[in-house]
Amino acid sequence: MARPPLPIPELVHSYGPHAMRVPAGGWNTIGEPDKLVKTHCCFCGQQCGIQLKVKDNKVVGLEPWEDFPFNQGKLCPKGVKRYMQNEHIDRLTTPLENAGAGAGFRPISWDAALDRTVGEIRRIQQSYGNDAFAILTGASLTNEKAYLMGKFARVAVRTANIDYNGRLCMVSAGAASKKIFGIDRSANPWSDIPKAKVVIVAGSNIAECSPITTEYLWQARENGAKLIVLDPRMTPIARTCDLFIPVRSGGDIGVFNGILHIMVKRGWIARDFIAAHTIGWAEVEKSLEKYTPEYSAKLAGVPAQMIIEAAEMWGPAPTSFLMHARGIEHHSKGVQNCMAAINLVLASGRIGREGCGYAMITGQGNGQGAREQGQKCEQLPGMRDIENPEHRKYIAGVWGVPEESIPHKGLSAVPLVEAIHAGKIKGLLLLCFNPMVSLPNQQFIGEALEKLEYFAVIDFFMSETARYADVVLPGSLMEEDEGTTTSVEGRVIHHQKAVDPPPGAREDWRIICDVAKRLGAGEKFSFSSPREIFEELRVASRGGISDYYGISWERIDQEKGVFWPCPSADHPGTPRLYENGRFAHPDGKAHFQVVEWRPAAEEPDEQYPIVLTTGRVVSQFLSGTQTRRIGALLDQYPEPRCEIHPRLAEKLGIKNDDFVTVESRRGALTVRAMVVKTIRPDTVFVPYHWPSERAANNCTIRAIDPISNIPEFKICAVRVSKAQRPTNAMAALAAEAGGIS
Amino acid sequence: MSDLAFFIDYSRCIGCQSCVQACGECDTHRGRPLIHLEIVQRADSVQTTPQVCMHCEDPICARVCPADAIKQTPDGVTQSSLKERCIGCSNCVMACPFGVPRYYADINQMVKCDMCYDRTSTGKKPMCATVCPSQALCFTTLEDIQKKRRGTTIREWTFGDEHVKTKVFVVVPAETNTVHIDQLRRSVSPTSAGAKPRDLYDVAELLEA
Repeated sequence: MARPPLPIPELVHSYGPHAMRVPAGGWNTIGEPDKLVKTHCCFCGQQCGIQLKVKDNKVVGLEPWEDFPFNQGKLCPKGVKRYMQNEHIDRLTTPLENAGAGAGFRPISWDAALDRTVGEIRRIQQSYGNDAFAILTGASLTNEKAYLMGKFARVAVRTANIDYNGRLCMVSAGAASKKIFGIDRSANPWSDIPKAKVVIVAGSNIAECSPITTEYLWQARENGAKLIVLDPRMTPIARTCDLFIPVRSGGDIGVFNGILHIMVKRGWIARDFIAAHTIGWAEVEKSLEKYTPEYSAKLAGVPAQMIIEAAEMWGPAPTSFLMHARGIEHHSKGVQNCMAAINLVLASGRIGREGCGYAMITGQGNGQGAREQGQKCEQLPGMRDIENPEHRKYIAGVWGVPEESIPHKGLSAVPLVEAIHAGKIKGLLLLCFNPMVSLPNQQFIGEALEKLEYFAVIDFFMSETARYADVVLPGSLMEEDEGTTTSVEGRVIHHQKAVDPPPGAREDWRIICDVAKRLGAGEKFSFSSPREIFEELRVASRGGISDYYGISWERIDQEKGVFWPCPSADHPGTPRLYENGRFAHPDGKAHFQVVEWRPAAEEPDEQYPIVLTTGRVVSQFLSGTQTRRIGALLDQYPEPRCEIHPRLAEKLGIKNDDFVTVESRRGALTVRAMVVKTIRPDTVFVPYHWPSERAANNCTIRAIDPISNIPEFKICAVRVSKAQRPTNAMAALAAEAGGIS
Repeated sequence: MSDLAFFIDYSRCIGCQSCVQACGECDTHRGRPLIHLEIVQRADSVQTTPQVCMHCEDPICARVCPADAIKQTPDGVTQSSLKERCIGCSNCVMACPFGVPRYYADINQMVKCDMCYDRTSTGKKPMCATVCPSQALCFTTLEDIQKKRRGTTIREWTFGDEHVKTKVFVVVPAETNTVHIDQLRRSVSPTSAGAKPRDLYDVAELLEA
């Protein structure tokens, strides 16, 4: 029975989160490190190069790595402080078993924990069928672990139901890119950004969510580029851009189609390029007729003049770059939003050459690579399709299993949790995912977890979700293992091992291979290192879209990363896709897609008249299970605040620093107000990194995009009211645990 | 020191505080950041400004120090107070036109940014300028910055009657020679007939086209 065995404050007392402010060994005893390990930040998709200082098998500090080409030594505050998660007081170092209500967790041996997990997988599958046991994973896993998890689900557990938290991140962008271009990857290396003469940044708070991209933008501007930003909030990038379009959440198609409408009228369409290299333009052009500046402006919630100005900058530009992130992707029309953005790029013909391109800014650590290796419910390694007979046959050959033994498409993350809630899925193994912060409609998610007959979690900390587990298995941090990730640019890079896992904890891949062995699939999981897993991954990806076959760890180290596709050892890799107008569909063409605006699943109404939108702050990462444990990052922005425009605040009788309750049809949270002129007056913003009564996802809606299945984190309807300072037990916790400071 | 110099471009700053976090990580700082990141007026704007020591040619902090505790290196870097001399009077704290020195009661001493002297004197870049994601803080040659940036680089300031020349440069719009702090106050221009000036940083006003 998967329920927290003690009240949350008692679990927090034992397992944290506790914020650590001093490095291992203290500030005064560091001295000369034993070694400097050239590796990468474990946090976002930028995957910056960094050197970790190691002394006595402890990570004790950092030194910038200026030779790594992407970031050249630059780091955001998360990167600077990432080393503080090692040697943390909250670190799990023994398997734990949920001893039942009132009894808490008790340590058990690895053998007992693994035997019980395997016994429960068997029992559940025998009683309810193979698919009644599900697996949820993450996009912060290395490529090797992502590959292993997909194989583990299909070969060892033989369940169709595996999906990952990239479902909350990149799937809208990926689906749109695949539909139009044929590949799910940023089209260009970042070195193309400074060469563009106009740059559109749509729904991306670059300064806080991908800070290292900032200098690329500023360099473009030094070179004379015009910068256009679409965001409901005036972000630090928007503050000094050439045109800030404070689009209403969910109104982006108004801006994109509106610009394209004007481009048609003014003759700024690359008709020769379109004729030679694309299909579907005629239908798009027809669909654009109604997107006049006035109609588009109404959808976008901005003055029409802004759309005209944007078109005048973008339309005739000699070179250009468009980049977007979760702001346009986290919608029940996320794929449509992204396709409208890509249509804008394609119609300009400015793609596939120097200074001309398109990028989606991947959010999670291995947001790119972890979505290629076959841990998505509809996918096999190499970005292959699990329903394509040829793809199935090839992977069955690599795995040495009969093709018919590979399960078919399973449920994606949100429907998977819904199936748990509905009693159809009875068991769950979870790795690198913290749904009790990150999924929408938190009350529903908690109810679902409590219905599981067996729940096992692999994590290095007792995450908010692990509290519900029957068994918690202590896994490994990035710096305690080795492997590759693939950065926002599509550059495959090498994470070096800095230290061993602490005694009692194990590398994630070893845990998975152990479970596989106990399930009787040992000969398919006889890996003795991540490098051996990579060697199999290379072969499995061969001939697929994300072809790693020509990449070796030696090449990555020598070349400071290799861009896929890289089909052979003598292939240089592919930093820029679609050169010479050659796209990745079988016909070699890009496929324009007609995009029509539609409303969000829940628009504001009389009862809930305000739009809630959610996002990140620069000092926290994802569900915060790592970054809320790092004191210096926590202190920078200790607890979530509700950003609200002074006009709305005045109407509601709210002053800066007042407590406010933000309430939707699904739940509420109470936080301090931050009254700022930098947000639309019809919208409030709350960052989502905190749990329980400070969780923005108490309010968000469990609506998903029908194609990508991404949840609609960026818009739901709420009301906001002044509140008393909360004084209950949850509020009394430290800020890192969801309390109020 | 080489011909590398320190440059600040306030317009590039995104307020991420990497500089602050990295400053505390410098071997000799042990968790105490000495760079200041000013949040100018969050209610109105997301503008932030990083403030390192500007390393005045004739440092005011040293001039006002009654204990002669603040010294300059031969290459013009003004250092933290000497521990054995500092009397904790905070004259320097009040006198510095840039608000850089701070007195720390726990160590009874004024300590401040010394341009990462332990790093720069051994050929490394200062921590803050190395990590700065926006390169609002940049440690490079004057030639490099003139090649890559549109603005002009200056290091002369007037604060009322006080004229200051600093070792650290700031990047400002072209054709500016001196930063006149006293004039900034006058830059809010009076508008005709009492009309409210349009606030370009108020999203609500932007939406009222």
